Amino acid sequence: MTSVIFEERRDQVVTKGEAPFRISCDKESLAGAVSQRACVFCGSRVVLYPIADALHLVHGPVGCAAYTWDIRGALSSGPELHRLSFSTDLREQDVIFGGEKKLERALIELIDRHGPNAAFVYSTCIVGLIGDDLAAVCKRVQEAKGIPVIPVQSEGFKGNKRAGYAAACRAMFSLVGSGDTAGISPHSVNLLGDFNLAGEIWIIRGYLERMGVEVVANITGDGRVADIMRAHGAGLNVVQCSGSTMELARMMQEAFGVPSIRASYFGVDDMAKALYDIAEHFGEPKLMERAKQVVREELATVYPQIMEARRRLAGKKAAIYVGGAFKAFSLVKSFRLLGMQTVLVGSQTGTDEDYQELAAITDPGTVIVDDANPLELMTILKEKGADVFVGGVKERPIAYKLGIGFCDHNHERKLALEGFVGIVNFAREIERTVLSPVWNFVPRIGGAPLGARRAA
Amino acid sequence: MSTAPAYVSTTNACKACMPLGACLAFKGVEGCVPFLHGSQGCATYMRRYLISHYREPVDIASSSLGEKQAIYGGGPNLKQGLVNVMNKYQAQAIGVATTCLTETIGDDVPGLVREFMGQAKVEGGASVPPVIAVSTPSFGGTHLQGFHRAVAALVDQLATAAGPPNGQVNLLPGLVSPADARYLKEVLADFGLTGVLLPDLSLTLDGVAKAEYELIPEGGTPLRDIAAMGSSAATIQLGCFAMPNPSAGQILASRFGVPLVSLNQPLGLRASDTLFQCLERHGGRPTPERHARERGQLLDAFVDGHKYLAGVKAVVYGEEDLVLGLCSFLAEVGVQVVLAASGGQSPDLAQAVAQASRGLAPQDPQVRSGVDFYQIGEEARALQPDILIGNSKGHALARQLRVPLLRVGFPIHDRFGAGRIQTLGYRGALSLLDVLINTLLKKRQADNPVGYGYL
Repeated sequence: MTSVIFEERRDQVVTKGEAPFRISCDKESLAGAVSQRACVFCGSRVVLYPIADALHLVHGPVGCAAYTWDIRGALSSGPELHRLSFSTDLREQDVIFGGEKKLERALIELIDRHGPNAAFVYSTCIVGLIGDDLAAVCKRVQEAKGIPVIPVQSEGFKGNKRAGYAAACRAMFSLVGSGDTAGISPHSVNLLGDFNLAGEIWIIRGYLERMGVEVVANITGDGRVADIMRAHGAGLNVVQCSGSTMELARMMQEAFGVPSIRASYFGVDDMAKALYDIAEHFGEPKLMERAKQVVREELATVYPQIMEARRRLAGKKAAIYVGGAFKAFSLVKSFRLLGMQTVLVGSQTGTDEDYQELAAITDPGTVIVDDANPLELMTILKEKGADVFVGGVKERPIAYKLGIGFCDHNHERKLALEGFVGIVNFAREIERTVLSPVWNFVPRIGGAPLGARRAA
Repeated sequence: MSTAPAYVSTTNACKACMPLGACLAFKGVEGCVPFLHGSQGCATYMRRYLISHYREPVDIASSSLGEKQAIYGGGPNLKQGLVNVMNKYQAQAIGVATTCLTETIGDDVPGLVREFMGQAKVEGGASVPPVIAVSTPSFGGTHLQGFHRAVAALVDQLATAAGPPNGQVNLLPGLVSPADARYLKEVLADFGLTGVLLPDLSLTLDGVAKAEYELIPEGGTPLRDIAAMGSSAATIQLGCFAMPNPSAGQILASRFGVPLVSLNQPLGLRASDTLFQCLERHGGRPTPERHARERGQLLDAFVDGHKYLAGVKAVVYGEEDLVLGLCSFLAEVGVQVVLAASGGQSPDLAQAVAQASRGLAPQDPQVRSGVDFYQIGEEARALQPDILIGNSKGHALARQLRVPLLRVGFPIHDRFGAGRIQTLGYRGALSLLDVLINTLLKKRQADNPVGYGYL
C-alpha cells in the first residue's frame, strides 16, 4: 500500500491500532493527486440549493451552474425553483469589462420572471479575480425589488468545500432574525444540515410531530425563506451533517442565544439518541415519554427486518468514503448492527476530532483516510477486501471495477436512508448489491468469481 | 434565425464548458491522463458529470490551485501536479487544459510546460512523457469547442515531420459515443484501410470487467499513430461546427500537405452515403458487402416505418453537429423538425439545417443557436411537438410538455448504456429509427383507450 501513497500524504492514511492514532487533515489537496474533493462553490451550492422558494443565480461561466443543475434529490413540498439552473454565463467580454451590469440585469430579469422570496448570488472563481462587486449589485437589486438578495462568497479556489459551507451559513444568517416569531412553541427546533434527500426530513419531522415538538425551519431541505427568517424563535438548533451548518448554529447562538445539539438520523442508535437528546434538552418528561414511545413503535416494526438482513449479511466487509466524516460514524455503527465489519473509512473534509472519533469506534486494522484519491482507495480496497463500498457517484466505478458492491450514500441518492425506516432501506440496499448473483460471474478482487470458486 | 440572446440570464444551459470537452478528447488518447489547471472543483465536477454518463472511471487530475496560487501564479502547482501524475499514474501523456481561473490570472501554460519539460525527471528514470497544453477557458465557449481545440492541440503538438507516405487515413470523428467510435474503426477496417481515429473512446470509456481499477484504461489513439498523422494519405474530419482555426484537419493539411475532406457527421442515409463514397475513393473498392447490406436494411426499414413517422413533429437540440445530423436523418424519414436548437453559437447552423431538409420536409425547421432550455421551452410550447430528441437535459421540458424524450448524444444522466448508443452510419441510423418508432408507439399504445396489441 505504501508505494501508492504520495510522500506528502503519508500521515493522511493511517491504520488503526498500529500506534497511538494520529492523522493529518484539513490540508489543501495535493496537486496531481486526483482528489475526490470539490470546491468552495460546491460547498455553498449544496447547502443552500434545497431552499426551494429562493432564486439561486450562479455568477460565472456556464460550467459551474451546468454541473450543479438539479444535482441533489432534495425534495420540496411546494415550489421547485431550486431545481432550475440559473447562470450569468459570463463570456470573454464580461471577463474583460466586468460582469456587474450583466449580473444586475440577469437578477432583475429572473426576479421579475419567478417572483422568488429571496435570491442567492454565488460567486465563482472568476468573479473573485475580475473584481465584480457582488455585494453592491445585490444591495441595489434588493432595494429595487424588495426581497433579500444575498451574495454568497463562494469563489471556488478560496479554500475547500468547508469554506463553502461557512459562506452559505453567513448568507443564511443574513436572513435569520427578520421574521415574526409570535406563536412559536417553546418546544420547537430548527433542523439544520438535513437536505431532504428522498424526503428524509419529512420522516424526521414526523417523529418530532408525534413527540409534540414543533419544527420552525428546515435548514435547508424543503426549506423556505420565511421559515429561515423566523428561525431565531426556535428553542433549539438540531445540527446534522459534518458541520455544513455548524457555523450557522454558532452564529445563531451568539446573536440570538439559540442553543444547539448535534444529531445524526442514520442508524437505529443515532436516530433514537437524536430524539432522546431533543426531549432531554427541553427537560419535559412528557416529551421523553413520547420519544421513547416513538422509538418503541418504530423499532417494533424495523427491528425484525434488520435482524433478518443481518442473518444474510453477517461477516461481510464494508468500506466507506464520504464527504463529511460525521456520516461515517453512523455508517460504521449501522454496519456493525448488520453484523458487518468496516475495513476502510475515510472522508473528504473530516477534522481531527472526527478522525479521533472514527478511530475510537472502528476495529483495529481499519484503514482511516483523509482526502483520498482513486489510486489509494483502489489499493486499500484490494488489500483489505470488501464486499461493499459506500460512497458517491465518483466512488462507484472504483467499486464496480474491482467487483465490489456499491451503495450511494451521497447527495444524489433517491432512497431515504434516515430514520428508522431508513435503516431498513439501507439494509435492503446493501443486500441488493452484496447478495447479487452477478458476482458469481464477474472477476473480483481476491481471485475468481464466487461461482468459479464455489465450483472448484 | 437568431443568434442574439433574447434574455440576459441563462436558465438550464444547453451546453457544458470548454475544459470538459478537452478532457473527453484527452481520454481518447492511449495512456493519456487529462489534467485541469485550475481549482480542484472543476476536475471533480467534470468527473462526476462524465462518470454519470459513461459509468466508467474518469480520472482527471487537477493542479488544485488555492488562494495563494491565484495571486502568485499556478506554475509551481502545475509542475508538481505533472510530476505526481507521471509518477503515480505512469502516464504516457498528459493533456493539460486550462480553466477560467488560470486563463484569468494569466498563467502562460505553454511556457510553463516547456520549462517543466526541460527540468522534469520521472521516478525510476523513465522517459518524460509528452505534455499537451490546450487553452480552454470556460468563458470562451462550449464543451464541443473545447473538444475540438484539444484535438487540434494534440495534432499540433504531437504530429511530427512527415515520414514517407503510409497510405493511412486520419479519421477525426468529433464527439461520438464509444459504440460509434468502434463502428467507424470497423468500417475503416472493412474497407481495408489503416486508419488513425483521433480521439478513440471506443475502449477507454467502455471497458470490460477485470477485477482491476485501471488508472489508465486500455485503448485510445496510440501516440505513435498521432505522431505519424502527417504521413497519411488523407484526413477525414466529421463534423463542421465549433472548430478552432486552424482545426486539427487544417493543421495536418497546411503543415504536412495531407488533403482534408470535411464531412458532416454521418447521421442518416445521405450523410452516411457521403462517408461511404469517400471511403470507396480512398479504399479503392466498393462498399463492402456487409455495409451495402446494412444500407439495404435501412432502406427497407424506411419503408416499413414511414407511416408511423408521417406528420410527427420533433424538437431537436444539442451540439451543432448532432443537431444537423438528426435534422438530416429526420427529414429523410418524414419527421417534421419544428425546432432545431443548440447551446453553441454557430451562425452557420441554420443554413446547414435548411440545406439538409430542403426538398424533403414541407418547410425548413426553425433553427436557434446560442439558446438555453428556457428559450427552447418557450418556443416548443407554441410548436406542440410530438417528441423531443437530444440529451437527457431536456427531460424536465419533455415532462412539462408530456411528450417522450428520445435520448441521444451527450450527456445522458438518467438512462443506462449511454456509451453504447449508436447513431452513425447505416447501422446507427437503423438503430435510431427503431428506437424512434418504438418510442412513439409506446406512447401511442399507452395513450390509447383500447391499447391495441398490434401496432
